[in-house]
Amino acid sequence: MAPLLLAGLMFYFIINRLAQALLVMAVVSAISFSLFNFVGDPVNNMVGQDATREQRVEIRQQLGLDDPILVQYQRFMLNVAQGDFGLSYRIKQPVSQLILEKLPATLELVFASAVIAVFLGIVLGVFTGIRRYSWVSKTIMSVSLIGVSLPTFIIGIGLIYLFAVYLRWLPSSGRAGVIEIGGWKTSLLTIDGWRSIILPAITLSLFQLTMILRLVRAEMLEVMRSDYIKFAKARGLANRAIHFGHALRNTLVPVITIIGLNIGGLIAYSVITETVFQWPGTGLMFIQAVDFVDVPIMAAYLIFVALLFVVINLIVDILYFVVDPRIRRGGS
Amino acid sequence: MVKSNQTRSRWQRFLDNDIVYSFFTTPGAIIAASITLIAITATFAAPLIAPYNPFDPAQISLWDGKLPPAWTDGGSSAYLLGTDNQGRDMLSTILYGGRISILVGIAAVFLGMLLGVTLGVISGYFGGLTDTIIMRIADVQLTIPGILVAILINGIGRAALPLELREEFAIYVVIVAIGLTDWPQFARVARGATLVEAEKEYVQAAKLIGLPKFTIILRHILPNTLRPVLVIATIGLALAIIAEATLSFLGQGIPPTTPSLGTLIRVGNEFLFSGLWWITFFPAIALIILVFSVNLLGDWMRDALNPKLR
Amino acid sequence: MNNLLEINNLSVDFPSRRGQVTAVNKVSISVAKGEVLGLVGESGAGKSTVGNSVINLLEPPGYISGGEIIFDGTRIDQMSNEEMRKIRGAKIGTIFQDPQTSLNPLMTIGKQLSETLVETLKISGSSARQKSVELLDSVGIPNPVQRLNAYPHQFSGGMRQRVVIALALAGDPDLVIADEPTTALDVSIQKQILDLIKSLCKQRNLGVIIVTHDIGVIAEIADRVAVMYNGQLVEEGKVKQVLQKPKHEYTKSLISAVPSGDQKLDRFTVVDYIDGSEEKVTLTNVSEHWLSQNKSSQTHNTAITVKNLSIEFSIKQALLRKNRLVLKAVDDVSIDIQTGESFGLVGESGSGKSTLARLIAGLYTPKSGDINIFGHDVLQRSQKAKTSLIRRKMQMIFQDPYSSLNSRMTVEDIVSEPIRFHRSTANSNETSKVVKDLIAFVGMPISSIKKYPHEFSGGQRQRISIARALASRPEILICDEPTSALDVSVQANILNLLKDLQEELSLTMLFISHDLPVIRQMCDRVAVMQNGKICEIAETDKLFDHPEHEYSKHLLGLMPRMDLFRL
Repeated sequence: MAPLLLAGLMFYFIINRLAQALLVMAVVSAISFSLFNFVGDPVNNMVGQDATREQRVEIRQQLGLDDPILVQYQRFMLNVAQGDFGLSYRIKQPVSQLILEKLPATLELVFASAVIAVFLGIVLGVFTGIRRYSWVSKTIMSVSLIGVSLPTFIIGIGLIYLFAVYLRWLPSSGRAGVIEIGGWKTSLLTIDGWRSIILPAITLSLFQLTMILRLVRAEMLEVMRSDYIKFAKARGLANRAIHFGHALRNTLVPVITIIGLNIGGLIAYSVITETVFQWPGTGLMFIQAVDFVDVPIMAAYLIFVALLFVVINLIVDILYFVVDPRIRRGGS
Repeated sequence: MVKSNQTRSRWQRFLDNDIVYSFFTTPGAIIAASITLIAITATFAAPLIAPYNPFDPAQISLWDGKLPPAWTDGGSSAYLLGTDNQGRDMLSTILYGGRISILVGIAAVFLGMLLGVTLGVISGYFGGLTDTIIMRIADVQLTIPGILVAILINGIGRAALPLELREEFAIYVVIVAIGLTDWPQFARVARGATLVEAEKEYVQAAKLIGLPKFTIILRHILPNTLRPVLVIATIGLALAIIAEATLSFLGQGIPPTTPSLGTLIRVGNEFLFSGLWWITFFPAIALIILVFSVNLLGDWMRDALNPKLR
Repeated sequence: MNNLLEINNLSVDFPSRRGQVTAVNKVSISVAKGEVLGLVGESGAGKSTVGNSVINLLEPPGYISGGEIIFDGTRIDQMSNEEMRKIRGAKIGTIFQDPQTSLNPLMTIGKQLSETLVETLKISGSSARQKSVELLDSVGIPNPVQRLNAYPHQFSGGMRQRVVIALALAGDPDLVIADEPTTALDVSIQKQILDLIKSLCKQRNLGVIIVTHDIGVIAEIADRVAVMYNGQLVEEGKVKQVLQKPKHEYTKSLISAVPSGDQKLDRFTVVDYIDGSEEKVTLTNVSEHWLSQNKSSQTHNTAITVKNLSIEFSIKQALLRKNRLVLKAVDDVSIDIQTGESFGLVGESGSGKSTLARLIAGLYTPKSGDINIFGHDVLQRSQKAKTSLIRRKMQMIFQDPYSSLNSRMTVEDIVSEPIRFHRSTANSNETSKVVKDLIAFVGMPISSIKKYPHEFSGGQRQRISIARALASRPEILICDEPTSALDVSVQANILNLLKDLQEELSLTMLFISHDLPVIRQMCDRVAVMQNGKICEIAETDKLFDHPEHEYSKHLLGLMPRMDLFRL
């Protein structure tokens, strides 16, 4: 296929996906906006019970709550586009600033967990897919079913009890050893930081690891049953070539989606892990905001998470396009 | 194959069924089904079999609070698994709490299934704009992981309720939140199965008979989509129980007045550092065993119902 | 002649929970270099299992339970997996049935070829490339150098099977096993592929085993033939000798069951060798039966009139109109079908014949054109009640016996559904009596009614489908490839049943098939379809003896010439 044509197709494909992504963002931002109107009275949330009637009216006007709903939505979207999510009801600080402050902690946690989950998940999944009947595989599969059945917060509590309370090897909560490099506060450069991230990272990765493992194995078995694998065997190809050249590569296409979904899952479950370990990230902030019905933070977090997912999905789609020639739809 | 079939009894025919056979030859499936069954019966019979009623103030004595399990030092034979900080018998609270966990799980899955299968079958059978709209909504929701959607819906639901009703209605809010989170999975599977079935020639034959669309969907398509839906429902039950426990653990779910297993773990977690491990440990183990056996059942079912694997 | 492959007393067992199933029972065959051996049999005969045991790729849990396989003087049935791997590809090549799934979709064919060449011939990458080009050229792929970089989905079905053949030959094997190599292909491509295999066999002095259910393929390509039935070898010999003077009863009935394209017979010859052969239609007094009541008093001479009918399917959607791709599945078609006649529709896959049938049946809505059934315009929007009444008189028999019955309903439920829905009987007693009559009418035992579809074979299911169609008391029966998924012996039974029905109930029949001999036996008039258009409509005998349209001539030329082998 001519490179120019390929580029054209790719462009068309990406435009298509971008349109979908925009739709998702529009829906999510509409939901976020509606939070302000459905969930409690924002004025109540800002001034408390003892404010006078006049004070309330004044604040309503200041916030523009008397404007028509579409005008409010437009204003909301304009502000959001500029990264302005308003002030937190509870902390009375700009939400975007709060999120940016907490972001490095969450991203580092998610990154560490993703590395563990993806690497071990694929390796173990391929192994159990190829050595289907060995006892090692059977053991891994049984253990993985337990892994799927363990709620994240129980894993966290268990690890804390074992390593922090009982053995006293690692800290039980918080993020230690933070140093700042170019505005990014990292905990990955100090031993203390590593000690504090190990438990939450393992906790967060375990569920996704077992999911990846099981899905990779299932895909691998599916591919191994296909006719072209039988034909490859009938041509006398070596097992190595069949397993890695044919089976693994064809497993890769669905696995990319799985990984994309799982990184999304990691971000979602970081809410729970951060709560268990009191990890000062965006997830902990979100759950506290839900507790106090701090709508600006809830709305901003929702939009932020949706944006992350949309970006991840877009990357997955592009990778798909690169890996699978059938999507490129070149015909003869 | 056709000969002498009618001489066999219904029971023999039942045993001869491949799925039934697979069940009775898979130890994991039998164990999982037994545990699930025992768990459901035990928790639902909690008022009859639990040694105490943890919600009856007359049966609770703060003097008996924080007692360790019966077999450890300081344990009392009156409380097999010890007591919590308020002096409630752990075994009894777990039985009562398990009942709520299972109830919420089943109700949420049922809600999600009802909604998802209905929308999925409609989507798959009619196609066109209906299909596009329904599946787009499902896609958008699927972009965001379930637990987050559940937290959000649950949070909105709670906030929308007046303060004094929050505790009373918490359980329904949780059910709706998890049910609304689940539906896209069911919709996808039901739609996929419907697309496959609708193309099959028996459906076209039904159209030629002149059967109305509704009859075709109910009599012909729906029964044939149930197998994959059943698998999703079983795995979904495990996920729903986990989701409820997670919400309750985060303090967003079932309140401590009528605790579920997740609420019990949340409460117990506060005493973990002071060494009162049993207050967390036993509810957690109960939850894990419950979820694991449901998962094991779902796992077997998925393999047994997938003709390709046989 | 020295034998390249010798199979002595081979037995293959499949243990199952219902006991040991012996798929292959003491089979002995041999192949010499430069010889094509046809291994023929109906489904379940064990012919593919023989092929798979030679390359030691039996589907689990099958295993060789007896006998020996000797290849080139060496016993190979007990070799280790690693030793066997060196024989596969390098000594024995294999071609599978479906070219769609035999190739890795994510790898260019050049890569698949060169990896096979490097592995089997132990040559370097650059010479493998050179060799790949030669191989593609030798199997008749144009522009082989450019095509190396193409992916499998960029080839048509026939071309893909050529690539598969090139891959099978890559290791320069001495023996090639081809398992139903043309079953998934259209007739016109079938012949090309068979010719290719035959010429490669002679050029390279290969031994070839061709596994097939199709006697036509055997007649076309094989030197010798081995006939299998129920796991056993029943007859073996030179093709001419076996086809002309079959010795075994099974072979005799199998050959006679193949419909002849040369002359029209009254009935198909039934394979009576097969155990449990179904009984003949036994319903007396059809004219007084429920089935014949409610006959419409319509005196229209034409049952179906189709005028300028067209339908399009979009294959590729795009924002810009010029980028869209539509397939004109049925393109400006007009036909008339007389009441009581049997009208045939013939063409290759993708010609639009099934789509046309579904349009007439009302399963699709046309883009333009008219359809009149017994003089009633069924596309108009008014008079809906009358339309549905008319439509009910038209029922259909479908191709796939496995998907045409709802697996969750009993036979009784399936057959009685139209009766109950239309309330066409007085009470439930009459319904159950009618269902029993219909079941008996299509030649099934009454005990079938309480059973579920999965308890029946393909042919039996097709009978149940016919009973269901009759339950609507049709006057027009549309048969869409009703026997193409069935074995020849069963096909003969079903076709005879359809013939009897048509006679007894004076049905109008629209019969769709890709199989010319079947059309000749079943139809009064025939329309030939290609690319959504009708090429020619003629009386059956006239079409077969003096085709006018080029495409009709082409199609008829591809028909297996069984007459060469008939006395």
